[in-house]
Amino acid sequence: MSVSKEAKHAFDAAPWTGKTKRYDIVKEGSIAVALVAIVAIFLSLFLGSPDDTPLTFKGWAISNPDNFYATAVQELSGSSGTATYGAPYNKASDGLNVGPLWLQKWAGVTRPIDTVNEFVIAPLSTQVLSTEIASALATWKSAADSQKHDWAVAYDDAITKAEGKISTVPAGAYGPVPVLAQGLTDMAKGGALDAALLSQGGFFQTDNTKQILFFGDGAYLDEAGTTANLQGGTWGMMNETGRYPGQAWLWLYSFWYQIPPFNNENSKPIGANADAYIMVIMGIMSLGLILIPVIPGVRSLPLRIPIHRGIWRQYYDENGIKRRKK
Amino acid sequence: MSEMWTAKLRNKWQKNLPIEKLLPDDQPAYVASWIYVFGVLTLSALAMIIASGIVLAFEGPAWYHTSDVGKFMNSLHFWSVQLFFVFMVIHLWGKYWMAAWRGNRFRTWATGALAFVASIATAFTGYLVQTNFDSQWISFEAKDGFNSVGIGAFFTVTNLGQMLLLHVAFLPLILGVITVIHVLMVRRRGVVPPIDAEPTPGSGA
Amino acid sequence: MTGWISDFMNHPATYLKSGWLQISVSNLIVIILMLTIFALAVLIPFPKDKEDHK
Repeated sequence: MSVSKEAKHAFDAAPWTGKTKRYDIVKEGSIAVALVAIVAIFLSLFLGSPDDTPLTFKGWAISNPDNFYATAVQELSGSSGTATYGAPYNKASDGLNVGPLWLQKWAGVTRPIDTVNEFVIAPLSTQVLSTEIASALATWKSAADSQKHDWAVAYDDAITKAEGKISTVPAGAYGPVPVLAQGLTDMAKGGALDAALLSQGGFFQTDNTKQILFFGDGAYLDEAGTTANLQGGTWGMMNETGRYPGQAWLWLYSFWYQIPPFNNENSKPIGANADAYIMVIMGIMSLGLILIPVIPGVRSLPLRIPIHRGIWRQYYDENGIKRRKK
Repeated sequence: MSEMWTAKLRNKWQKNLPIEKLLPDDQPAYVASWIYVFGVLTLSALAMIIASGIVLAFEGPAWYHTSDVGKFMNSLHFWSVQLFFVFMVIHLWGKYWMAAWRGNRFRTWATGALAFVASIATAFTGYLVQTNFDSQWISFEAKDGFNSVGIGAFFTVTNLGQMLLLHVAFLPLILGVITVIHVLMVRRRGVVPPIDAEPTPGSGA
Repeated sequence: MTGWISDFMNHPATYLKSGWLQISVSNLIVIILMLTIFALAVLIPFPKDKEDHK
């Protein structure tokens, strides 16, 4: 006959008065540190670690100049991923929401980015320019904002219609935009754009936000991610470059992106706001992990599936302890 | 006259966590399973992470790309993290199946789970400051999750400077404090008795 | 670390796929290792204490 729940609780909580054995905590700690150090050193010497070289604008413009060119035009027309993102970069979109919670928008534009000037015009302006590009820049800078917008949008639409093949785009009222885009592409091919974007804002730079965002607006970064099997929709969050183990502990976070409705951008409201919903879900599940001791069902599973009989086998056998009745 | 604050603190400390509990030389007889080594293995891996991390911090974030010693230190840091998570999760599985929160040990469980979450956050910032392709990719992808719930307004994963300072200073400090509290809780409450153990009248077992 | 190991480890990984499930061989090895270690830790007998205490 088992003792009452209250008596069992008091027993579990009280200092142990039963049989004890010798225990050298410092020795155990020392052996553990030595063992782990040896294993870590062995793995490091034998297998090394991943370190894939970072991509550059130069690499992008050389391997896929049409895509770079088209992206530059999108930055000028305001149709690029960054230009249409919303908070914290701009007000172009309301961003994601979870029901009545528009947290992205409410947090505000704290990292303002002007893709027209910061991604294209300013970098170009730092260069010693050919007469053609200098003239195009001057034309652009002296035009009204609405005129700039019309030129860029017209060219962007024409490129989209030509499915990205720049050489097949028909002539049109594009103003200085084609020359500016070509200027930026040439600048990227020469390696000067990497340097210009980095040094924007001063001598010391520790913030790569603008470069990463411009980068991600094109296909180069995305294709590299696909090649390395890092895309979120194929469990990429768990993966590492090469054959190295990745982040298995992110399995649950990665899981949600694989299933409907989260894996369908067009499914409203959840799929279209998947990032936000999944963040909330993972927040709740993390809290759940911490609160397991008070969650009915979960807290009693170890009592119903007695893996502990294996863990404490020696003690149970020595003292003839059978399974408790609840 | 009311009791001094210092005396109150000292007495409470000596009552709950005397040096015999911090550095014991015995333990209950039921602590007899290999599952029990995974807590100290996790701590050992954390020690390796911190040691290798300090070397990497001293030489700066770009050192390991071009130095052989740096590459080795980076590998040590990488594999120590892999071992850390392996040991920590096995430790978590063990503690769950032992229902180790019993007997007023909720805070021990809670600080452990919190340490797990804090470890993921710290590791995440680590991946961001590798200054290689992986960092480029992860920062571009991860920004969307944080931006979508407003966290991106102040936690900018594409900002190397911010991520580096959080990874090297702020988050290890937080994780360190949580870990110390967790270990002190274990020492204070002792290892949880077996699920089927009960008080029997007249015996010490 | 010798050249051929570096070539091996920095090669794109192999992925096992089944429907929407997908995992790299590396991650699968880690997970199987963890489950195995857990099972062994629970099942392998612990050395008995030689001397009695208390």
